[in-house]
Amino acid sequence: MKAHTLSVLVENRAGVLSRVAGLFSRRGFNIESLAVGTCEEPGSSRMTIVVESDDSQIEQVQKQLNKLIDVIKVSDITENEIVERELALIKVNAEPGSSRAEVMQIASIFRAQIVDVGSKTVVLEATGDTNKINALEKLLRQYGIKELVRTGKIAVLRGSKTVQSSK
Amino acid sequence: MKTGAKILIEGLQREGVETLFGYPGGSVLPIYDELYDSSLRHILVRHEQAAAHAADGYARASGRVGVCLATSGPGACNLVTGIATAYMDSVPIVALTGQVPTLLLGNDAFQESDITGITTPITKHNYLVKETKDLGRIVREAFYIARTGRPGPVLIDLPKDVCTNQIPGENHLPDHISLPGYRPTYKGHVRQIEKALEALERAERPVIYAGGGIIASGASTELVEFAERGLLPVTTTLMGLGAIPADHPLNLGMLGMHGTEYANYAVTECDLLFAIGVRFDDRVTGKIQTFAPNATIVHADIDPAEIGKNKKVDVPIVGDAKAILQAMLHRMNRRDGRESWLEKVRVWKEKHPLRYRCDGRLRPQYIIQELSNILNGEGIIVSEVGQNQMWTAQWYRFKKPRSWLTSGGLGTMGYGFPAAIGAQCARPDETVFDIAGDGSFQMNIQELGTVAQTGLPVKVAILNNMYLGMVRQWQELFYDRRYSYTELPPVDFVRIASAYGIDGMRVDAAEDVRQALRAAIDADGPFILDFRIEREENVFPMVPAGAAINEMIGGHSG
Ligand SMILES: Cc1ncc(C[n+]2csc(CCOP(=O)(O)OP(=O)(O)O)c2C)c(N)n1
Repeated sequence: MKAHTLSVLVENRAGVLSRVAGLFSRRGFNIESLAVGTCEEPGSSRMTIVVESDDSQIEQVQKQLNKLIDVIKVSDITENEIVERELALIKVNAEPGSSRAEVMQIASIFRAQIVDVGSKTVVLEATGDTNKINALEKLLRQYGIKELVRTGKIAVLRGSKTVQSSK
Repeated sequence: MKTGAKILIEGLQREGVETLFGYPGGSVLPIYDELYDSSLRHILVRHEQAAAHAADGYARASGRVGVCLATSGPGACNLVTGIATAYMDSVPIVALTGQVPTLLLGNDAFQESDITGITTPITKHNYLVKETKDLGRIVREAFYIARTGRPGPVLIDLPKDVCTNQIPGENHLPDHISLPGYRPTYKGHVRQIEKALEALERAERPVIYAGGGIIASGASTELVEFAERGLLPVTTTLMGLGAIPADHPLNLGMLGMHGTEYANYAVTECDLLFAIGVRFDDRVTGKIQTFAPNATIVHADIDPAEIGKNKKVDVPIVGDAKAILQAMLHRMNRRDGRESWLEKVRVWKEKHPLRYRCDGRLRPQYIIQELSNILNGEGIIVSEVGQNQMWTAQWYRFKKPRSWLTSGGLGTMGYGFPAAIGAQCARPDETVFDIAGDGSFQMNIQELGTVAQTGLPVKVAILNNMYLGMVRQWQELFYDRRYSYTELPPVDFVRIASAYGIDGMRVDAAEDVRQALRAAIDADGPFILDFRIEREENVFPMVPAGAAINEMIGGHSG
């Protein structure tokens, strides 16, 4: 079992997300993360799906996705050179004084932004690959994380290669 | 200006639809009103499940797209079993459902159900039409998707206001269909086809394992030619019966759980399995590790997702069965040799034929054999599910594609009778027989009303054992004869039929079988035969679930 990153180009139609998500649950495939938004092709969206599976199963996942009429193109980009990012918003306990200073120091090491400051908390915005966000999360735990949201991974191929719509 | 309902009817006509099966209700009144003036033939069923099965039977018998129509909520939900049945067997149907007006969508309005949500896992694709202007395009896409690639059911959900709204313009049916995410592959890859031919050439003990894909793509002639030229024994799945004539010397009959011993031995011992239009279903393969354990496996199928899904494949070929076989025939020479393999297969066939006890008592196998003798491969045979289905598969000698309709993938009791109605509509000149169990027949027995009203001359042969026979058989073999809730009280089916004004006959003795079958066939209208068969007759041979297919029980006992 390993994490595979799929880049899936779909038509922007009502119900596409539920078809894709339903396919995963129905066939017992495990979604780690799923991020979706519009993309460069008008009328289309791109999904980045991270799925835990072995090699033979990932082939079946891709084939089943390809069978959906609204799915235009599926690519497993795991083995490619990719740029991948996740965005996290983390609300951490940070009383004015020493702990707030420490949290801010950690944020700057991770190049995270402080995007909100409350009387007892700060909110950090961090982007990076999954490992980096995991590491930041781990460090911040000792101060007490009050709330954490992550977008799930998005990814593109490096260089001029693209994941295009020719199926 | 045109209403949505008008556009819908024109769309159906444009797709060549002549008959549809349905049941009215509030949400589809605008469609029914439009039907009233149209040239389309509407068959009023007695339960929407039957409308879906009838559309399915129509499609399987004709090779065209079957259409059913139901109202919103309960009507739509009643289609579900029929849609799932068509989905599992890759049958092209278009299901039209009424829906509450768009303004009420999502409000739990009267008779609302999220039928697109409900049917997403059991349709090839489905649509909820939100605006009348999209309707023409959607109808065209739906038929295109249903009939192309791997065929399957498509549902269109039609809110009432979408059907009543008027939009300007005359022609709302686009000439071009643009579906960038849908491009089925028909032609097999040349290099893969060559690889398959090389493997075939090398093989000493090849077997063809052919399925419903041969029927769907109309590839029977090519299959027979291919088998003859390559000296290749052929076994078919339940869905593939009729792909090669039953009496063809290379035909091994059906394989799998209730397949012939010789087919199962041949598959177990083959060194090359040429699988085409099949999906390695567990009822076929038994324990998958021991299925064709020593064979190079070539798998040709139109659906890439089927290849390698259940069994590792050495040579995959994606494409339409007919196109692939044609391409292979184009490059293939006549083959000599393989005498010892063909001889071995012939000896298995001779030593282990299908059998049953002939002692003058009324045995179901005999009834089917007699029907087969009388019809001689003509006609359309539909079955229900259970022992009746397996006996028919074993004992009816199918000679042509599209002469055998059965629910293979889902195994739906109650399929046969309404599917027979659909088949009879599609091919009015054929004799259509539903071979039924008393349990299955009672699942859609209300359709006696439909045949009575339409006069469709469907024949029903009930193999009446007063049991849910197949389940009773499993209880006998695997649950120590504890017949928990599988006994059915006797029913006088002839009197029920007669209440609908339909003729029938009860048969208790073997010597009356032939004459009774003749009477049914010769009757102008529908006819019900109630055969009171040996109550505890079993289907043999049988591969217990999870065993290897060469580990059959009951093979020789009869
Ligand atoms: C709708 C449905 N419910 C339950 C079953 C499970 N089942 C399979 S075979 C069978 C018995 C069928 O009995 P009958 O129709 O009398 O046919 P027989 O086996 O006696 O020929 C049952 C209950 C099924 N296949 N379909």
